[in-house]
Amino acid sequence: MTKSELIDRLTLKYQDLPPTVVEASVKDILEQMVQSLAHGKRIEIRGFGSFSLHYRAPRIGRNPKTGEKVELDAKYVPHFKAGKELRERVDNFS
Amino acid sequence: MALTKAELAEMLFEKHGINKQDAKTLVEDFFEEIRSVLEAGDQVKLSGFGNFELRTKSQRPGRNPKTGEDIPIKARRVVTFKPGQKFKSRVENAKPED
Repeated sequence: MTKSELIDRLTLKYQDLPPTVVEASVKDILEQMVQSLAHGKRIEIRGFGSFSLHYRAPRIGRNPKTGEKVELDAKYVPHFKAGKELRERVDNFS
Repeated sequence: MALTKAELAEMLFEKHGINKQDAKTLVEDFFEEIRSVLEAGDQVKLSGFGNFELRTKSQRPGRNPKTGEDIPIKARRVVTFKPGQKFKSRVENAKPED
């Protein structure tokens, strides 16, 4: 499922709302989530999971084309941990 | 304080004038649609944000750390999230709270 398919599904379900509002809502939810982590604030969605920042230490990388050394600064990367309900529903297959 | 569903619903109410009941269920359904697609075994690709993917892990030997007893860890299916380039570049210089 892509973002536009997610928008289509929710548009069908919320026929009392203008489709443009449903589309904007989906984009705004994602944008607020990115902004939250960008401000160092974790995200906790009960039944779905949590997003937090994981630290990556500075390191010397290499340009794969030239083999040249590149200093890479310390950084943070987004990390997702699935919540209990999502974990159980996804594992429920045979 | 972490970002929660309540805060997302409040944003939809303030920004789009969606009534509080609809805003609350729309946020809930946003996550429920993603869960049900993953539950059905498909991946979810949200451009600008990232992809939720499924990985099947085969059975492996495990151990009860308290008793030292050998217990196999059963085969299972798990969700992984791969953040997109845009998401990664926007958080790399963040300062985590607390």
